[in-house]
Amino acid sequence: MTGANWLQLIVLVVFLVAITPPLGSYLAAVFGGGKAPGDRVFAPVERLLYRVGGIDAEREQRWNVYAYSLLAFSLVSVLGLYLMQRVQGWLPINPTNVHAVHPAVAWNTAVSFTTNTDWQSYSGESTMSHFTQLAGLTVQNFVCAAVGLAVAVALVRGLTRRASSTIGNFWSDLTRGVVRVLIPLALVFALVFVARGMVQSLNGFHTIRTLENAAGRVPAGPVASQEAVKEIGTNGGGFWNANSMHPFENPDGFTNLLEILLLLAIPFALTYAFGKMAKDQKQGWVVFSAMFALWLAAVLVTSFAETGGNKKLDPLRVSQTSQQGTSIAGNMEGKEVRFGTAGCGIFAPSTTGTSTGAVDCAHDSLTPLGGGVPLANMMLGEVSPGGVGAGLYGMLIFVLTAVFIAGLMVGRTPEYLGKRIQAGEVKLVVLYILFVPLVVLGFAGASVIMHTSASARLNPGAHGLSEIVYAFTSAGNNNGSAFAGITVTSNWYQTTLGLCMLVGRFFLMVPALAIAGSLARKKTVAASAGTFPTGTPLFAALLTGVVVIVVGLTYFPALALGPIVEHLSL
Amino acid sequence: MMMRRQLVAAVKMFLAFTVLCGFAYTFAVTGIAQLAFHDQANGSLVKVNGRVVGSKLIGQNFTQAKYFHPRPSAAGANGYDASASASSNLGPTNPALLKLVRDRAVAYRKENGLTPNTAVPADAVTASGSGLDPQISVANARLQVRRVAQARHLSVSAVTTLVARHTQGRTLGFLGEKGVNVLELNVALDRLSTS
Repeated sequence: MTGANWLQLIVLVVFLVAITPPLGSYLAAVFGGGKAPGDRVFAPVERLLYRVGGIDAEREQRWNVYAYSLLAFSLVSVLGLYLMQRVQGWLPINPTNVHAVHPAVAWNTAVSFTTNTDWQSYSGESTMSHFTQLAGLTVQNFVCAAVGLAVAVALVRGLTRRASSTIGNFWSDLTRGVVRVLIPLALVFALVFVARGMVQSLNGFHTIRTLENAAGRVPAGPVASQEAVKEIGTNGGGFWNANSMHPFENPDGFTNLLEILLLLAIPFALTYAFGKMAKDQKQGWVVFSAMFALWLAAVLVTSFAETGGNKKLDPLRVSQTSQQGTSIAGNMEGKEVRFGTAGCGIFAPSTTGTSTGAVDCAHDSLTPLGGGVPLANMMLGEVSPGGVGAGLYGMLIFVLTAVFIAGLMVGRTPEYLGKRIQAGEVKLVVLYILFVPLVVLGFAGASVIMHTSASARLNPGAHGLSEIVYAFTSAGNNNGSAFAGITVTSNWYQTTLGLCMLVGRFFLMVPALAIAGSLARKKTVAASAGTFPTGTPLFAALLTGVVVIVVGLTYFPALALGPIVEHLSL
Repeated sequence: MMMRRQLVAAVKMFLAFTVLCGFAYTFAVTGIAQLAFHDQANGSLVKVNGRVVGSKLIGQNFTQAKYFHPRPSAAGANGYDASASASSNLGPTNPALLKLVRDRAVAYRKENGLTPNTAVPADAVTASGSGLDPQISVANARLQVRRVAQARHLSVSAVTTLVARHTQGRTLGFLGEKGVNVLELNVALDRLSTS
């Protein structure tokens, strides 16, 4: 890591910490009820949307009605997006003349973009029309992020309300998230991206003739508008196959760092919003610290691994050092010159610590350790800092686990924010924690045993196993990045990966909402001498430990056979 | 009953958001971008004598000795297919990758008249992430200078100066990495040769 590389990381951290309080306060105002900044502009738009939808936004919902609304909206989204892909050949704004998307791909993509996964079993260039990109995929980039936000604030309401039967109104949370948070941010940063060189038009390919008189093509499309919300909403689905490695999706070192900042911004800021809504900022900072520690550790390991290079290339007299700043140090396979290995060292852990899954370097070509970190990051359930909303509710589930473990240690009924955590909640927490590993490891194991699915690997040996494990981990945790060498176009992968995405999204959201409902009903109890304080650095450390241990026990064998064996073979 | 009411609301809201986030938002961004950043929004195209020869940001292949050559590319069957951006996805320990790198290093040394022991910059023998990387490292460009100068009957120092002029530094001095834009450098070379 050069001095400039370190400075880049430090500047990112400074901006991240600096924007957390103001953005968090804003989020708390948007979802806290009562007046919020910008009411004059936003309220009329919201009223219009409510009128179209026939929605009484003032009417609060019990947790199960809230969940019904959420599932109904997601179901309609999946069906709507599927249909759009199937008929895109007959729709306008199709300058690249693509036909209907194959049914298996369309199903997989519809589920993928609706669950904030944005896993892509297709190449954007040759599969999606501009119409589908802007009216289908971009829309889901907004609304599914707002659905995540909604569940997070519903859980926070559950924790902070007393003896309440309701946890908010889903339609109102969804609409406010889109109108007041995502659209304004996306609008501003889409234009910043265009200014730096991202394309934004409704054109197809430009035909060119090169200096050597060969025919060539330059792609075009409504890219920047999708790119902004792709990061801000931790979606991660690329307009084109190469995602944020593509020069038109990530033109330079500045956009690269900005994309990282944007995908981390809301997940981290939500911890501050949580502190604000809980009227105890320390609780917010504890969650922030645990997320930040896990994120920074991942960034440092990946950065050193990637800038250190691939030892296997040294005997071939390939220079992987910076040669007095004239070359780029490290493992350059699958990387772009303008970001180098250090830019990838920050991007890869950030995109997998959140549920983004955008990539600025090819994860399949990362060094064993550099690629093991993104894999482990997703296995954590994406809580460092996690997806928009999903990160906060995921971490709060771990908080409940941590207070439960602390309660066992001191022999008292565990409490959090004055709420007793009892058998009912702990059962739901266990359910939440077990669902994803069950499908991820189950399907990955089955894929390894079956000849046809095992032969889908591109790379041999331990790395090939990692490709399969990575695919299911990515889908199950709604990430969407890939060790992309694996061919996942078979019906087996399209179907099972789609199922993993559904489980990883809705089988977690429903228990989270159930916990919210159950906690909202409870009265608060005053803290006593036996209460384990949760606003302290000690608790932040305990929380971090719980995350690592719970996940470690679940996934260590898979990690040992994949990245760890490969690292030892270097 | 409740489920049906929720489903009806869901359909209406889905359509409303499609109009708002799909059409209104995208067209607003497109409109402003086309007005305020017309050049970038349309692909930062590079023209020579009125003919579009490429985009500043999209790498393309060069094979002739008189041009600087880009990095290896895995986009499309022959590389640099801008309708099929892609990386190789070869893992770090994959024998196929190691063989490719060895072969590329041998070819690179031969092409540029380097001794068999010359260390080759990593970017010259590895495929980029997008397959459309518009840049090469400064070290990579410098090793190609002699070949290009010979092919064009130019002095090595003239070509070296041109490389320096087309080296793009880190944004703000610390964001990303330094690199040489291959297309812009080659356009400048042609201009130098004809003037």
